[in-house]
Amino acid sequence: MGTDLTVTPPPARQPREEAPRGRPALPLFRSAGVRFALVYAGLLTISAAALAIFLWWATAGLLDRQVQAAIRADARGLAERWEEGGIPALVLTIEDRLAENVDDDAIYLLVTPLGRPLAGNLARWPAAVTRTDGWYDLPVKRAGVASIGLVHRYDLPGGFRLLVGRDVRNRVQLHRLLTDALLWAIGVVAIMVTIGAAVVRSLFRRTLASVSATATAIAAGDFTRRVRLTGRGDEFDQLAETINEMLDRIARLMDGVRQVSNAIAHDLRTPITRARTRLEDAAIHAGTAEDLRAAIERATADLDGIVAVFQALLRISEIEAGSRRSAFARFDAAPVLADLAELYGAVAEEKEVALVIAAPDHLPAYGDRDMVQQAVANLLDNAVKFSPPGSTVRLEARLAAGRLAISVADQGPGIPVEDRARAAERFFRGEAARSTPGAGLGLALVQAVAQLHGGELTLEDAAPGLCARLVLPVAENAAGA
Amino acid sequence: MRILVVEDDKDVAGFVVRGLREAGHVVEHADNGRDGLFLAASETFDAVILDRMLPGGIDGLHILETLRGQKNAVPVLILSALAEVDERVRGLKAGGDDYLTKPFAFAELLARVEALARRGKGDGPVTKLAVGDLELDLLSRQVKRAGQKIDLQPREFRLLEYLMRHAGQVVTRTMLLEGVWDYHFDPQTNVIDVHVSRLRQKVDKPFPTPLIHTVRNAGYMVKVEA
Repeated sequence: MGTDLTVTPPPARQPREEAPRGRPALPLFRSAGVRFALVYAGLLTISAAALAIFLWWATAGLLDRQVQAAIRADARGLAERWEEGGIPALVLTIEDRLAENVDDDAIYLLVTPLGRPLAGNLARWPAAVTRTDGWYDLPVKRAGVASIGLVHRYDLPGGFRLLVGRDVRNRVQLHRLLTDALLWAIGVVAIMVTIGAAVVRSLFRRTLASVSATATAIAAGDFTRRVRLTGRGDEFDQLAETINEMLDRIARLMDGVRQVSNAIAHDLRTPITRARTRLEDAAIHAGTAEDLRAAIERATADLDGIVAVFQALLRISEIEAGSRRSAFARFDAAPVLADLAELYGAVAEEKEVALVIAAPDHLPAYGDRDMVQQAVANLLDNAVKFSPPGSTVRLEARLAAGRLAISVADQGPGIPVEDRARAAERFFRGEAARSTPGAGLGLALVQAVAQLHGGELTLEDAAPGLCARLVLPVAENAAGA
Repeated sequence: MRILVVEDDKDVAGFVVRGLREAGHVVEHADNGRDGLFLAASETFDAVILDRMLPGGIDGLHILETLRGQKNAVPVLILSALAEVDERVRGLKAGGDDYLTKPFAFAELLARVEALARRGKGDGPVTKLAVGDLELDLLSRQVKRAGQKIDLQPREFRLLEYLMRHAGQVVTRTMLLEGVWDYHFDPQTNVIDVHVSRLRQKVDKPFPTPLIHTVRNAGYMVKVEA
């Protein structure tokens, strides 16, 4: 009978069997592996470029700055000469310096306001040089040889203009050398980027493959599969462990759901059968309208009982889902217990059972008042139900070590040790309970309430009888699943 | 009384409408949210029975909120298959006066609707309740029958007060549990019957005629037997 409710996995579809990873390959631009590879390539390219720029700045740039410093120093010297002896002294100095210039890389030109050269090794003033605040790279021709010069213009009072510079042929050579080297480097980087990206991508796919394969297997109905651990204890192992824990929990929940639905199928079958039989029997055999009415009424009562079971189940799962934790608040449990003792006291008295309450005047508690109320009501209901006439039911409550302990002890038949662990399961009914009304959901609800509050329900032997103890934390943040 | 039933399920609606008419009420019925809202807003009713999930794009809570937004204080009983505590709270917060979950017993529905419709028709705060020769003084908290003082426990007093406030109406066990004990769960055993029978011992037993009557398959009623 239990098997007719078990869920059979849907048959795996054919196309899935063929693809090893279970899903069609992603378009390249949507693959995370490709994305990671691209990021890797981008980062490598950027760092290579940064290195090249630094190299350029440190070599070619340094050379430029050195030349500029030399030109400035040269110009300062010339300016001093000019201050001492005017234009004639300047002309002499320029000619001296040109003569002494061993490297043959100096460039000078001094012109009159009209542009006629007075001294220097350039034939005429270059037309491009118009400003005094910048450096100019000029093609120059000295002694018939074309070259490149770095020059600066200085203006003198009276309209005389001075051009000081250096031949930078060497720099051009260095630039060419560097450019060649960097071009080679770009090639090497491109190769490394390609290889690296491929490695990153395959690494990525390999680490995900296990997770992906497990998920696919589970989607296809094989819930026993788990993600394989590499044993390295790295982030991927942690992820795999988390996923496996999640799968274990889901499996447990699914088992629970299956058990409950099986239980519903079994336990509701009896009252439904009874109601159905009554109705059918009445339809066939009822002699008078009176009989018929009576049968219908009894069947309605049976159905009401079934509805009550459903409501209790719904309530338990509502509590277990934890959605009611938003209704948690501080409350005084003492009046709650006193009211319940009063409510059930009358019922107990009717059965010639004494209900005794022993609790302090104030019992600070934290949780859902209605839930605690219903849980204790269920315990009292059970205790009174199973108490023989002339016995006593004791409702006790006390605060100890930050926990509120509420116990209900009766002198009834109790629950045998072997049944105690299962007594709080849904629909569990002990031998002693077979003859009493009820659906076996009372303790299940108490248990759910205890768990919602982060507390516990324990069942002990009260010799004779049963002592059910509901322990709830009083601290506000203690409630957990 | 004039009662509006907004319920889309044909069987449930037919059953409720027939039952209410048999109980002597004038009943209007709407089977979708739009008509329900139109009727509730344009006509005067003593009570509205409102299903929550309705076709026509307008659900029960929407109707309720619209009515309350228009300062329409007609008593509304929500009748819904949504039985979770949170749903119940949502229904009452939206302005519902009572919440009954499906499936339900008609006697329960009738008792609750009649109690709702009669509520708020009282003439200000009462200090004394009387049924036949039974008198209950809310100020001195004393109960007398035929001039004879009756000693009641506080809870018994509240139970009798609730029954007498609804004199001539059926009061169900659930109504007593909610109204007198403020419990919103099914206590499974017959706790209410036991408490009522204790009350009877004091209020009815020593006197020739009973005032607290059992209504079969429904609950209790306090009235003077005709």
